[in-house]
Amino acid sequence: MKRRTLLATGASAAVAAALGAPVRAQTKTKVGFIYVGPINDGGWTQHHHESAMEMVAHFGDAVDFVYQESVPEGPDAERAITQMCLGGANIVFTTSFGYMDPTINVAAKFPDVKFEHATGYKQADNVGVYSAKFHEGRAVQGFLAGKMTKSNKIGYIASVPIPEVVLGINSAYIHAKKVNPDVEFKIVWIFEWLNPAKEADAAKALIEQGCDVVLQHTDSTAPQQAAKDAGNVYTFGQAADMAEFAPMPRISSIIDVWAPYYIKQVQAVMDGTWVSENTWDGIGEGMVGIGEISSAVPADIKAEAEALRDSIAGKSYNPFTGPLNKQDGSPWLADGEVAEDGVLAGLNFFVEGISGDIPS
Amino acid sequence: MLRLEKRPQPSAFWTYATPVVAVILTMVLGGILFWFLGKPPVTAIKTIFWDPLFGDFAFYYRPELLKKAAPLILIAIGLSFGFRAGIWNIGAEGQYIMGAIFGASVALAFYPMEARWLIFPLMIAAGIAGGVIWAMIPALLRVYFKTNEILVSLMLVYVADVLIKAFSVGLLRNPDGNGFPGSRNLKQYPSAANLDLWTDTGIHWGVVTAVFAVVVAYVFFARHQFGFNVRLAGQSPRAAAFAGVNPNRLVLVCMALSGGLAGVAGMFEVAGPSGQILGSFPAFYGFTAIIVAFLGRLHPVGILLAGLLMALTYIGGDAAQSAMNLPSAAIQMFQGMLLFSLLSVDVLTNYRIRLTTAKVA
Repeated sequence: MKRRTLLATGASAAVAAALGAPVRAQTKTKVGFIYVGPINDGGWTQHHHESAMEMVAHFGDAVDFVYQESVPEGPDAERAITQMCLGGANIVFTTSFGYMDPTINVAAKFPDVKFEHATGYKQADNVGVYSAKFHEGRAVQGFLAGKMTKSNKIGYIASVPIPEVVLGINSAYIHAKKVNPDVEFKIVWIFEWLNPAKEADAAKALIEQGCDVVLQHTDSTAPQQAAKDAGNVYTFGQAADMAEFAPMPRISSIIDVWAPYYIKQVQAVMDGTWVSENTWDGIGEGMVGIGEISSAVPADIKAEAEALRDSIAGKSYNPFTGPLNKQDGSPWLADGEVAEDGVLAGLNFFVEGISGDIPS
Repeated sequence: MLRLEKRPQPSAFWTYATPVVAVILTMVLGGILFWFLGKPPVTAIKTIFWDPLFGDFAFYYRPELLKKAAPLILIAIGLSFGFRAGIWNIGAEGQYIMGAIFGASVALAFYPMEARWLIFPLMIAAGIAGGVIWAMIPALLRVYFKTNEILVSLMLVYVADVLIKAFSVGLLRNPDGNGFPGSRNLKQYPSAANLDLWTDTGIHWGVVTAVFAVVVAYVFFARHQFGFNVRLAGQSPRAAAFAGVNPNRLVLVCMALSGGLAGVAGMFEVAGPSGQILGSFPAFYGFTAIIVAFLGRLHPVGILLAGLLMALTYIGGDAAQSAMNLPSAAIQMFQGMLLFSLLSVDVLTNYRIRLTTAKVA
């Protein structure tokens, strides 16, 4: 049975190649993108799309660009990815965590196509994974939040309880606490990456509970709008700069900078040098950008925040440096000890001082 | 001037002709929409309706079509009983989700034991049970407290949606999943996997069950007393009461039927094409099936065809999106047009258009 499956899928791939090849001249590299949201979501997907367009602009006629937006994570994703491969794609970027298993499944059927899966952890010979160290940016946010808050209550709109999000909460908390020992985090989980209505509700609830800084790990600008309506609440842009809300409420942002990576990987496919890698880059490598710190922040605090940013970029400081305890008080990192990337990538606990549980 | 005149009886011809006219109308309207978006309309329509069936890659799309249509048909068949009897179960989506949770829970409880002969049948039973239990809530509330089953069943969809999200990060989370949400992938657990019975045909147990359900429903409606009771209750509740039909029992049976079929559809989906309990598992099959049921005229064979057609618009729509870079909203609008066209053309079933000369009043 196994053997037959293999032969059959091999045959279909061969048929696909035979049919696909003559129509689409193979001098062009066909690049596909699968998006989880609409390309104008104002956050995650829009930023991937804009980065992809930068990549297209860089290569001009040398690439043939296709995309599919709002692809649900599940069996539909598997079909969408397969479609692109049948259509002759040379490399497909799947830009959401939930595309992990579908990407791996499709990759097994199309050994000649390269796949890049964002924010996952499963690799194969033709599947590479990439993500950014967003938590480095969260450190700067946490610092600013701790400095700027007057009520000492900081709201956090968390999306889906995966390590990346937990890591962000920890990083923000550690750095807020460092500059303001009285600070308290209130975390709301909405279990989605993009849902403007829920995000707005969460932001309003947090503001009503006295939070005067609201951090978000969700993609829309709805929390920014809620903060603007409430007045005197600080927020940070997420994934995109969200500069339209500067200088208030948005006082800075974490920007995902994917374009250089996309250009590099597509170039590698053109050159035939592409290999499966696990890329996890941060501020230093340029994958995470810190948006302009706005005029609402006093100059001395701004300078300190920029110094923190630069120390992380220059690798002289790691946001997860001991001494740090786990939420239950048990020791995690000794004084001066730095967390390894491998541990951080699968982190599933809060550090000491954060109240509440990670949903499980 | 045009005037609508009510027919003494619904037209037999138009009952069957309207779905066809609606589909053609949708193609025309959709073509205009795509044209306005600057895409070649004929190519777009061909990509959606023709290419998945007969295009270069039909060998891939045909099996996908069956996989997509099976849950729609299963759920719609179940709904057709209630809808014919005037019992409105709008919450099939919730029952579908609960079936998936129940079925997957059974499988995960046995993991990694190898006993397909035991586990798979148990999963089917659990899937049915999950759907039935979820459907019994609105059914019993209606029977005993006269609540409105439309509202209650709909609200329970959102409860089920929250439950599956909670289970995916809690009780059913894959312990080897590095802290990410989602259960173990049942496709990789041979005792529970609902894979193609024949490689690359797309025919899994869910497809077989869907065809079986169509046949059984057909026999019931055409030959069995129960099918007659259902139709009678829908057309004339008073006549049904005189004929000895117990309306409460009818509510319970119809809700159980639709819940059970939705539940088993969810179980086949989670063990097969989807593979995992995940927050993104719900794919609105339960709601789409309502359109399928009506597009198919609540007739089993009609539902079979409507389910395949609906699946085709999904698969072809996706293909058109990636092949022609059409926005996903345009495809959703196109699918919406199908229902709209059906509802508007439906007027012809009950009314005839008369051309009259305008008279001065």
